[in-house]
Amino acid sequence: MTLDAKAPAGPLETKWDRHKFDMKLVSPANKRKFEIIVLGTGLAGASASATLAELGYHVKSFCLQDTPRRAHSIAAQGGINAAKNYPGDGDSIWRLFYDTIKGGDFRAREANVYRLAQISNEIIDHCTAVGVPFAREYGGLLANRSFGGAQVSRTFYARGQTGQQLLLGCYSAMMRQAALHHIEMLPRREILDIVVVDGCARGVVARNLITGEIEKHAAHAVVMATGGYGNAYYLSTNGMHSNVSATFKAYKRGAFFANPCFVQIHPTCIPVHGTYQSKLTLMSESLRNDGRVWVPKNPGDKRSPNEIPEDERDYYLERKYPSFGNLVPRDVASRNAKEQCDEGKGVGPTGYAVYLDFRDPIERDGRNVIERKYGNLFDMYERITGENPYETPMMIYPAVHYVMGGLWVDYDLMSTIPGLFVLGEANFSDHGANRLGASALMQGLADGYFVIPYTIGGYLAGTPLPDVNAAHPVFEDASQQARGRIQKLLTLKGHRTVDDIHRKLGHILWEYCGMTRSGEGLLKARELIPQLREEFWENALVPGASDDLNQTLERAGRVADFLEFAELMVEDALSRKESCGCHFNVAYQTEEHEALRQDDTSCYVSAWEYAGEGTPPVLHKEPLAFENVHLTQRSYK
Amino acid sequence: MSGIINLTLKIWRQKNAEEKGHLEVHKVKDIDTDMSFLEMLDVLNEKLTLEGKIPVAFDHDCREGICGACGTVVNGYAHGPQPGTTLCQLHMRHFQDGDTIVIEPFRARPFGIVKDLMIDRSAFDTIIQAGGYISVNTGQAPEANSIPVSAEKSELAMDAAACIGCGACVAACPNASAMLFVGAKISHLALLPRGRVEAAKRAISMLRKMGELGFGNCTNHTECEVQCPKEISITNIARLNREFLKASFGSAFK
Repeated sequence: MTLDAKAPAGPLETKWDRHKFDMKLVSPANKRKFEIIVLGTGLAGASASATLAELGYHVKSFCLQDTPRRAHSIAAQGGINAAKNYPGDGDSIWRLFYDTIKGGDFRAREANVYRLAQISNEIIDHCTAVGVPFAREYGGLLANRSFGGAQVSRTFYARGQTGQQLLLGCYSAMMRQAALHHIEMLPRREILDIVVVDGCARGVVARNLITGEIEKHAAHAVVMATGGYGNAYYLSTNGMHSNVSATFKAYKRGAFFANPCFVQIHPTCIPVHGTYQSKLTLMSESLRNDGRVWVPKNPGDKRSPNEIPEDERDYYLERKYPSFGNLVPRDVASRNAKEQCDEGKGVGPTGYAVYLDFRDPIERDGRNVIERKYGNLFDMYERITGENPYETPMMIYPAVHYVMGGLWVDYDLMSTIPGLFVLGEANFSDHGANRLGASALMQGLADGYFVIPYTIGGYLAGTPLPDVNAAHPVFEDASQQARGRIQKLLTLKGHRTVDDIHRKLGHILWEYCGMTRSGEGLLKARELIPQLREEFWENALVPGASDDLNQTLERAGRVADFLEFAELMVEDALSRKESCGCHFNVAYQTEEHEALRQDDTSCYVSAWEYAGEGTPPVLHKEPLAFENVHLTQRSYK
Repeated sequence: MSGIINLTLKIWRQKNAEEKGHLEVHKVKDIDTDMSFLEMLDVLNEKLTLEGKIPVAFDHDCREGICGACGTVVNGYAHGPQPGTTLCQLHMRHFQDGDTIVIEPFRARPFGIVKDLMIDRSAFDTIIQAGGYISVNTGQAPEANSIPVSAEKSELAMDAAACIGCGACVAACPNASAMLFVGAKISHLALLPRGRVEAAKRAISMLRKMGELGFGNCTNHTECEVQCPKEISITNIARLNREFLKASFGSAFK
C-alpha cells in the first residue's frame, strides 16, 4: 500500500480553497440521513460534534467523563496562536506557518501546516462570538502576548485558563445542539473497538462504564478525537484517564500509526516527589520569561538554595545559549535539565530537579509586578509543594506533556481506514517532531470547527455506503472479542496491582525512550516491555465484576494496550536514524550536543501498519517534500 | 517539610444507585503529607485491592483543579477545609496524625449517587441545554475585533466563566440550590455584548429548568460562595436575579 497524502497541487496559499470547491457536497436535505459517531469531547471532538450537528448531520458523541465539559483540553493554560497580527509586529499567515514547520524540525507536511495557519484567524473570530472571555486591552480590543519564545505576539489567552474557556465554548455549542436532538450524548463510555465493514469504518463497540454493558453503535463515518498517549509513561501532565486504547484499536483494525516516538517533554513541571505520585503538574512556560534556571556548580551540593553564593551557581541555559537564554524551546530546555541532573547537580530530595529562581526579577521589578504576572501560578505551586516561591526558588523538572505522533491521516484528516477521520492530538498531522507553545489548542479547533465539516461531506457524498446497522455480524463479532478480553482481565488474580505494573512500564519508557535515546537503551526497552507484558497477564490483580462500575477493570484494559503500544514507540525510535525535535538519539548530535537531522535519509513520516499478533509491524514512509521552505539547522546560541 | 501521618477514614460506600449506602471505616498508615487527598485515596485503594476487596469509586481526571470531575464532602465541607481548592489540590499537610476524616459524596436530590463517592451531575448539562450558550453557528462569526468589550466587563465575565461545574455549590447549600452555577453562566454571557441578545430568554429558561429538575431556591446562606473551589462570587446570583426580573417585566419570553 502506498500512502497518498492527497494534498492538492498548486500554490500553497490556494490549496485549501480550491480543495473545498473540488469536494462534493451533501445537500442540506440529505445531511440528516447521515449518522456520524464522534469519539472524545476535547477541543477537537467537541468542536466537530457541534459543527457537524449545526450542519444537519445526526451526531453521536462519546466520552469517558460524566459530561463533555471535562476533557483534558480543559487543562491547557497558556493560550492559542493566530496570525491576526493585531499588534502590528510583523506576523502573518506565512510567518505562523513557517514558525510551526521550523519548530517541528521540518517533519510535518507543508500543506496541512499552511492550512492550519490560515484557519487560525477564523478560530479567534468564532471563539469570541460564542463567548470566550479572551483578555482585552483597555480600549476593548483583544490582547496578545508572546509565548514559547516566538518573536511576535500572536497568543490569545483567557487568564491561565485558555483551554477551559475554549472547551466551554465548544461544550455550550454542543448543548445547544443536544437540546435540538441533533446530538445524542453518550458520556461515561469507553471505546473497545472500531467496527470496519467492507473496508469502511462503520461504527464502534463501547462499554457503558456504569452498567458494564457492551454496546454496538453503527454510523456512516467515525470521527476519532481521543487525544494523546502520554500516559504510556505513567507519570505525565495528561489527565488520569487519557489513554491510547481507541487509537490503538483503530491501528489493529488497519489505521496506520504515524511517528509514535515523537513525544514532547515539557521543561517546567513540578518535580516527582514520591512513589505514590499519580500525575505531574505543569507550571506555565511563561514563567521562563522572567525566572532564571540554575543548579549548584558542585555536584552533590545539599545546601539550601539561598545559602549558595552567586559564584557557586551555574545558570546553565544562559551560559550555553546566550542569545535565547532561559527561553530556548521546550526540547532543548528539557534535555539540558536532564543533563545537569545526570551529572549529579540536581536539587531537591530526589536530585531530579533544577531551580527556577525569581530572586533577581523580584529585586529588579518589585514583588508587586511579579505577583501580578505570575501570582496564580505561584499560589498553585505553593498549594502543591508547601513552599513559597517568592522566598525560595521553585524546583522544576521535565515531564511528558504532549504527543506529536498519532494515527496517520491524509489532507482530509482521514486515516488509512476509509470513513475513519482522526482529529486533534490523536492524529499526527501538524506538529512534526516538536510542538510549539499555544499551537495544540489551535490545531484541535482547526480540525474540529473548520476542516472536518468540509472533508467529511466530501467523503459521504463521494462514497457509496450500503445500509449497515448494529445487527451486522461484524458488530457481533467485535463485541464478542471485547467481552472475551474483559473476562480474561477479570481472571487476573495475581499479586501486583495494575498501577504497580503501569508505573514499571513508565520507568522503562522514561529511561530508554524519553528525552535522550540510544540504540542500546532502545534495544533494552524492546527486551523489557514484552517481559513486563507477560508479568501483567500472569500476575496482575483485577478485582470486581464486569457488569458493574469497575474503575480497576477500566485501567487494566488501558494498561494492557499501553503495554503493547509501548513496543511500537520503541520500534519507531529505533527505526529513525537521526535526531529531530523531541527525538534525540545520542548517535546523532552536533559537537555542541544539539539534535542533528539527517535530511537526506530521514525526511519522512513513519507510518506503521499492524501485521497481526506476534508479527513485527510494517514500516511505511511518507516522504516529506518541502517546496516552500528551506530546511535549516535550528540554532538557539 | 514533609511528614508521615496515620489516619482513620470513614468513607461512604454504596454499590449502586438503588442500594442503600453506609459509612465504612478504614485505617491508612504512613501517609506522606506531600500527597494530595486523591493520592491518599489511591493508597487506600491499592491496599484494598491487595486485600482482595473492592476499591472505593470516585470521579477524578485532571488532578490540577480545573476539570471539575472530583469532589466529595470532607468533614462536612465540599472539597475539604482549604478555601478555594478542589479536592485534587488539597494536600495531606492540612491534616494531623491520628485524625479521623469523614468522606461522603456531594448530596442533593437532583444528583443521584452512581457508586460510592461518584454522583450523576447530568442535571447541570440539562440546565445548560436550556440556554447556557450564544446561538451562533460555526462560520457565522464577524471579525473578532469588530465589537469592542471593555476590559472591566471582560474580566467580570471571566470571573463568572471560571466555574468548573463540579457541583460543590449545590452540595454546600441547605436548599440544594444551583443558583451559583446558573448565576455564573448567566452572568458570564450577559456581560458580553454577543451574549446580551438572548439574555432575557436565557435567564427565564435556565431558572425554570433548574426548578423543574428539583434544585432548591436561594435563601442567602452564602455557603456556596464559601465552599466554591473557584471562589465564584454570589454577586453573580444578584446579577441573575436582576436579569430574571428585567426579563419577567419585559415580554421577551412567555
